[in-house]
Amino acid sequence: MAGHKHPSYLKIYITLVVLFIVSVVGPEVAPAFGVFAKPVVLLTAFGIAIWKAYLVCAYFMHLKFEKIYAPYILLACLSLLFVFFFGTATDAMFANGHNWVKPVSEEEATKEAMARSYVLNKDKHGDDYGNGHDSGDDHDH
Amino acid sequence: MAHQIIATGRSRTGIPTGRLAVWWVIGSEILIFGGLIATYLLNRFNHGPSWSVEAANTNTFIGACNTFWLLTSSLFVVYAHAASERRDAAKTRMWIWLTILLGGFFMGFKTYEYATEIHHGFTLFTSNFWSFYYTATGLHGFHVLCGMVIMAIIAEGDIKKGRNWHRVENIGLYWHFVDIVWIFLFPLMYIAK
Repeated sequence: MAGHKHPSYLKIYITLVVLFIVSVVGPEVAPAFGVFAKPVVLLTAFGIAIWKAYLVCAYFMHLKFEKIYAPYILLACLSLLFVFFFGTATDAMFANGHNWVKPVSEEEATKEAMARSYVLNKDKHGDDYGNGHDSGDDHDH
Repeated sequence: MAHQIIATGRSRTGIPTGRLAVWWVIGSEILIFGGLIATYLLNRFNHGPSWSVEAANTNTFIGACNTFWLLTSSLFVVYAHAASERRDAAKTRMWIWLTILLGGFFMGFKTYEYATEIHHGFTLFTSNFWSFYYTATGLHGFHVLCGMVIMAIIAEGDIKKGRNWHRVENIGLYWHFVDIVWIFLFPLMYIAK
């Protein structure tokens, strides 16, 4: 793809880094937004991920300047993915039905997860992730 | 009878064969990683509370560092591509090796992260969340490793000898895709807790 003028890669990179910082900071400050906390997390974490992916595709991968067949290939595969997703999601999202056996309830699974959580049991394990932990013997999971 | 190369270009698409093949590889990878991410989302919707508790144990700092390494390596590989278009072998090799170095940083951080998590008792078999975590990030890490090896072969086997310049762009496309996959894995595994 030598036939087009290259965009400023450094500008694209700086934009990507700024977006990356927002995506990390956004969910951290989201609780301050009260009832809007969840939309803020979704927007900053996933909305920005889509924006970043677009910038990489369009400018670093030169998809904007590529022959139309390449976007067609990618869009065809993406469409197929959505067919798979929505084809199975309608069934998978149901947690009941005929002959349905659910081995562990969600409540039980959450309790188990909390019991083995390193973050929730910091006082037992040490002050920080990776610190104050000299052996794995004190784990009973 | 002399060997005749017949597949150097695709007249219908106007895209060189190698690059067209890479687009198809990326298309198939969309289904592989997209399928994993879609299944993760389905489980996350169905098992919100327990998965949130599990996700709280992932190390956001390391995840963020790895995002930074990959974003920066994407810039380096695109610089390598620009240098290859100028047929500047020294610069092309330099940018490729810098990309490999950042890929090495990524793998190093990932290894430390895996070691810490396993040490804390979170393995592939601990719960569904951790199974997804290790499968998705492990498959992604394998792709990073493959990209690093292929880049080293291109730098030393082709560019050093001044041939097959188009391969820099092809491996660059693959590397950018690997970066894009991480762009989505990062918020899923490390941010949305």
